[in-house]
Amino acid sequence: MLRDITIGQYYPSDSLIHRLDPRVKLASTMLFLISLFITGSIAAYIFAGLVLLLVIRISRIPVKFIVKGLKAVFILLLISVSFNLFLTPGEVIFKLGFLHITREGVRIAVFMAVRLIYLIIGSSLMTLTTTPNELTDGLEKSLGFLNKAHIPVHEIAMMMSIALRFIPILIEETDKIMKAQMARGADFDTGGLMDRAKAMVPLLVPLFLSAFRRAADLAQAMEARCYHGGEGRTKLKPLRYKRRDYIAYFTVAIYFIIMLSTRFIGI
Amino acid sequence: MKIIDAVHVFFDYMRRDENDKIEEISPALSDMNLEIEKGSFVCVLGHNGSGKSTFAKMVNGLLLPKKGKVYVEEMDTADDSLLLKIRETAGMVFQNPDNQIIGNIVEEDVAFGPENIGVPTDEIRQRVDASLKAVNMTKYRKKSPGRLSGGQKQRVAIAGVMAMKPECIILDEPTAMLDPIGRKDVIRTVRELNKKEGITIVLITHYMEEAVDADRIIVMDEGHVVMDGKPEDIFKRVEELKALRLDVPQVTELAYELRKAGLPLPECVLRREELCDILTKLLKPVESFKRPADGHNF
Repeated sequence: MLRDITIGQYYPSDSLIHRLDPRVKLASTMLFLISLFITGSIAAYIFAGLVLLLVIRISRIPVKFIVKGLKAVFILLLISVSFNLFLTPGEVIFKLGFLHITREGVRIAVFMAVRLIYLIIGSSLMTLTTTPNELTDGLEKSLGFLNKAHIPVHEIAMMMSIALRFIPILIEETDKIMKAQMARGADFDTGGLMDRAKAMVPLLVPLFLSAFRRAADLAQAMEARCYHGGEGRTKLKPLRYKRRDYIAYFTVAIYFIIMLSTRFIGI
Repeated sequence: MKIIDAVHVFFDYMRRDENDKIEEISPALSDMNLEIEKGSFVCVLGHNGSGKSTFAKMVNGLLLPKKGKVYVEEMDTADDSLLLKIRETAGMVFQNPDNQIIGNIVEEDVAFGPENIGVPTDEIRQRVDASLKAVNMTKYRKKSPGRLSGGQKQRVAIAGVMAMKPECIILDEPTAMLDPIGRKDVIRTVRELNKKEGITIVLITHYMEEAVDADRIIVMDEGHVVMDGKPEDIFKRVEELKALRLDVPQVTELAYELRKAGLPLPECVLRREELCDILTKLLKPVESFKRPADGHNF
């Protein structure tokens, strides 16, 4: 179950989306997320969905892979949907005991679900097609102006990229510790909430311990390879905009304008 | 010409309690002296806590001596302004392959070192390609390190060091976490780098079999060098090594026992083929004994 999380895992391929400049992908993802929250009509969501589908197609990532990533946030989805469903005041269409569903509630819940699903697919598309190093390169370069405000952009970017790289390793480790503890009689699946929370202690303590140890090792390995912050650093793949990047910007701009206009025209 | 020179080096690890009072001092190096020649293949042996890893970290400037000096190509590791140059000259490979790979793609990881020292982009590309070729990992350059085997990951780590164009590579138990195949791969790679590229290799290891082909073996105990010499000179001192809680290669031990039992064997046998030849020759005059059909099969 722990292996299902796709956020932060790169899916190697050589599609057009993979080759785009990470800054384009970052900006596009941001615009896409914003666009989801400024519109509120079915037509707009269908349009956004089609665009998303098209991008998935171009990126050549199997849909199964993306759907698997959704499973991990299913509970979150369920909670936010049910809150919206039951707690929105308005015209009651269904009543069961103290629970009542309103027309507005259904509408908001469905929209919320669609938004969240799109949001997750959209952002995992970015991480699936961009290596963490590219991603942080992109962040570093596009946020470089913050350096003047004494914000250590390079360091933050480096931390993010390392965190991303260690997600699969730590997941694997969690699995391993879980199995080791289960072999010694630990029980993670039964009992009430408190019991389960308590059962996590023998899992979390060794996990944290090993994470710290790994961090110390990694820091040493980085130092041994002459790492000394962002100063004077060069790149194997420096970011340079190409023609396809400008085209992508243009396309995304058009998409955004269309989404924006649905709000004002009222489709 | 010597590349590494340690002069009267002392080091200890301190453990402090919450109030920053020293709880415990465990000495790691005490009066260590060692010179390593350029271009040589040196193997450092020693049981746990003999100070061999501490010494490795000294060469790279990750640790500084409490007393004494360590020089790398005549650069003092205590001099902060030379630190990057020293780390460029003496690269280091660690034990755990997962904890030293920074990049998410093999070639990005190999590029990490040269990027840090500010090598121009075109040259980084050349260096990455050349290093991956040197460790025979070119076909995996676009792969994610997570999908590689332990031995392959270690070779990527070696390539990462190679890309900095070092004079010397220190490998701190690079094979400890690998399976036998991965272990062989790594050792073969290291040996090739020594032969073909003339890079000085300092291999720290637990496995005696890996030490057999070294130019020189250094045995450490309690923080200093206790034996220093050619493999055949070291491994013939079986009793002394055992007293230091070290083994000798299996073949050497067998030959040693046979010699003790009265067979006319040379003082030190390091390789299996060598022992096979000697034993078959010994068996020849005694034709009444049935010899095994294939002498190489025992």
